[in-house]
Amino acid sequence: MRLSQKDLLALSDLQKEEIALILSTAATFKEVLDRDIKKVPTLRGKTIVNLFFEPSTRTRTSFELAAKRLSADCINITAATSSTTKGESLLDTARNIEAMQADIIILRHPSSGTPALLARSLKSAIINAGDGTHEHPSQGLLDLFTIQEKKGTLAGLKVVIVGDILHSRVARSDIYGLKKMGAEVTIVGPPTMIPPYTDQWKVATSYNLDQAVVGADVIILLRLQRERQGKGFFPTLREYARLYGLNASRLKKANNDALIMHPGPINRGVEISSDVADGLSSVILDQVKNGVAVRMAILYLLSGHANE
Amino acid sequence: MNKALLIRNGRVIDPSQNMDHIADVKIENKLITAIGTNLPIGKGMIEMNARGMIVTPGLIDLHTHLREPGFEYKETVETGVAAAIAGGFTTICCMPNTNPVNDNAAITELILERARKAGKANVLPVGAITRGLKGEELSEIYELISSGCVAISDDGMPVMNSLIMRRALEYAKIFDIPVIDHCEDLNLTDGGVMFEGAVSTALGLKGIPAASEAIMVARDLALAAQTKGRIHLAHISTADSVHLIREAKARGVLVTAETCPHYFTLTDEAVHGYNTNAKMKPPLPATRDLLEVRAGLADGTIDAIATDHAPHAESEKEQEMDLAPFGIIGLETALPLSLRLVSEGVLTLPALIHKLTLGPAEILKKQIGRMRVGDCADITIIDPTLEWTVQKENLKSKSKNSPFIGWKMAGIAVSVIVAGEAMAVNENTRLVGQAQRK
Repeated sequence: MRLSQKDLLALSDLQKEEIALILSTAATFKEVLDRDIKKVPTLRGKTIVNLFFEPSTRTRTSFELAAKRLSADCINITAATSSTTKGESLLDTARNIEAMQADIIILRHPSSGTPALLARSLKSAIINAGDGTHEHPSQGLLDLFTIQEKKGTLAGLKVVIVGDILHSRVARSDIYGLKKMGAEVTIVGPPTMIPPYTDQWKVATSYNLDQAVVGADVIILLRLQRERQGKGFFPTLREYARLYGLNASRLKKANNDALIMHPGPINRGVEISSDVADGLSSVILDQVKNGVAVRMAILYLLSGHANE
Repeated sequence: MNKALLIRNGRVIDPSQNMDHIADVKIENKLITAIGTNLPIGKGMIEMNARGMIVTPGLIDLHTHLREPGFEYKETVETGVAAAIAGGFTTICCMPNTNPVNDNAAITELILERARKAGKANVLPVGAITRGLKGEELSEIYELISSGCVAISDDGMPVMNSLIMRRALEYAKIFDIPVIDHCEDLNLTDGGVMFEGAVSTALGLKGIPAASEAIMVARDLALAAQTKGRIHLAHISTADSVHLIREAKARGVLVTAETCPHYFTLTDEAVHGYNTNAKMKPPLPATRDLLEVRAGLADGTIDAIATDHAPHAESEKEQEMDLAPFGIIGLETALPLSLRLVSEGVLTLPALIHKLTLGPAEILKKQIGRMRVGDCADITIIDPTLEWTVQKENLKSKSKNSPFIGWKMAGIAVSVIVAGEAMAVNENTRLVGQAQRK
């Protein structure tokens, strides 16, 4: 089986079977990462470009490591060093990179939809590494992988996603992925940060975290962008933490074996208390480790490889 | 030398005289000299066979951006009027958001001079309400009007300060001109790029709430009622706005309104795939809005159909959704898109022609948009059934930013007559009969 598109732009575009394919391929690569020599020659001779227009440590490093583990040549271009500061358009920058025979371009960009713009203009495969407030599909996939690894399945689980849903690309990818794989999803946050028309996602919505966590199998906390304070989304970080921060007493209301997840970087004391972040329920660092395996699977499958 | 013309056997529709029947129209010395059946042909007169065609007053567009001066890479007066003629428009009103802004006689005269040189459609400039479109001090409106402007507007830059808007509505009464407002609460828009709704949520794009338009419509209606000034509301797009205008008209507020073909043809679904040619202000809203805009056209709440022709270069639209400019071209697709309202039973053909001729003329209080004997011969001849496909390379506008590229259309202007002069348009389609000199 192969992926049906040349690009990975959004989990909303993927079929359930394609998601399952990526997750099973990632499981194979995770075994590679546990070996002494964590490298395979699969993508030798391929050129992969990380084109990042936003600061990122985790995602960029994870993709770079994934590319190197597969023996591809990997180049990093960040917005500060790119030509866009000289007034070159995004498309022209991307066309130049393609002209250097990039097989895959991994794009992170602050504007929603830019990976789609590149995908329809270039022959290179485009991977969306986070676009504006749209999607972050590789994060969504590594979240699915981590849950499946810990719980054995995704179907029927009760997953609660907490925080700034409106501006969260992670939330969108998680929601599309989880729903396709049969999980139940509840989104929780202040009404100012819940987007309109979420009925299209077939998720439950709550403004009350204490009620929403009852019986939860997985709690995904989103990073709160501190700059949202002062824009009317919530009065203060202090008040936000009191209403929507996950702490030990709230966690008790969830199922005993509930997983705590966070895409990082975490704001200790805001969306998550330190004891919970470092506690036994937390799989935050497992997410990071799995991220490399999942991204290896994505690169492998987009390089035209079928999974035999 | 102006030739005499005889347009034979067309379906003549002139809303100003409730006319809708098959007739001949005679044009001599730039004027309509006779309308009737079996008119005798005079010596040297050119005869045009309009059998099966609709003969109407030349179409009027209240809302065009010609981009000159300042943005000639998007459009010039010359290319803009060529697009107008191709679309069947004999008169277009051009908005003042040029660079420099049309807030003084020098710019108005420059635009009119370019239009005279282009020598096709009539160009009626709209002057700025406030200097530099800054929303702070009134422009010299007398100077603008006396040099040729027909209305004032800060289009694209809503006058957020209600006191300034109040003064503009009062002051404009001296000249009996409409004050045209682009209704948008910029604080609510807050950087939004599309309509706030299901699609903006799915695409993760910042939404512009419907209230952004409705709040300013409500404010303008309150100010118009207060001042007894004449407000004209541009490009109305939402159901809430239509409701507000309908109610205000019922209690006698001096308000007129226009909408654009894209608001009764497309919804926010058109943005899927991050289509920057579906990015405009106001944004394409939801289906309930489209239906209410159609209802507003049908019951007279909306008086006119305007294009909001807003040319942008391809390189500007081929950008991130957040960076691509707002607006689409519309002069060359407005007529066939409007004709769909007739085939879909929203408007009768005469009612539709009204929205494109007498409706806009009455808003401007100009003796145009009609074809009585003695009127200046501005006439559009329409083949209502001719099928064609919108293709970039056939568009006369300098810019190609249209969401309708590739659409199959029915109906087109096959001949446009401005002041008695017949313009050959749409050479890719068959012309009205074969002009024959007797």
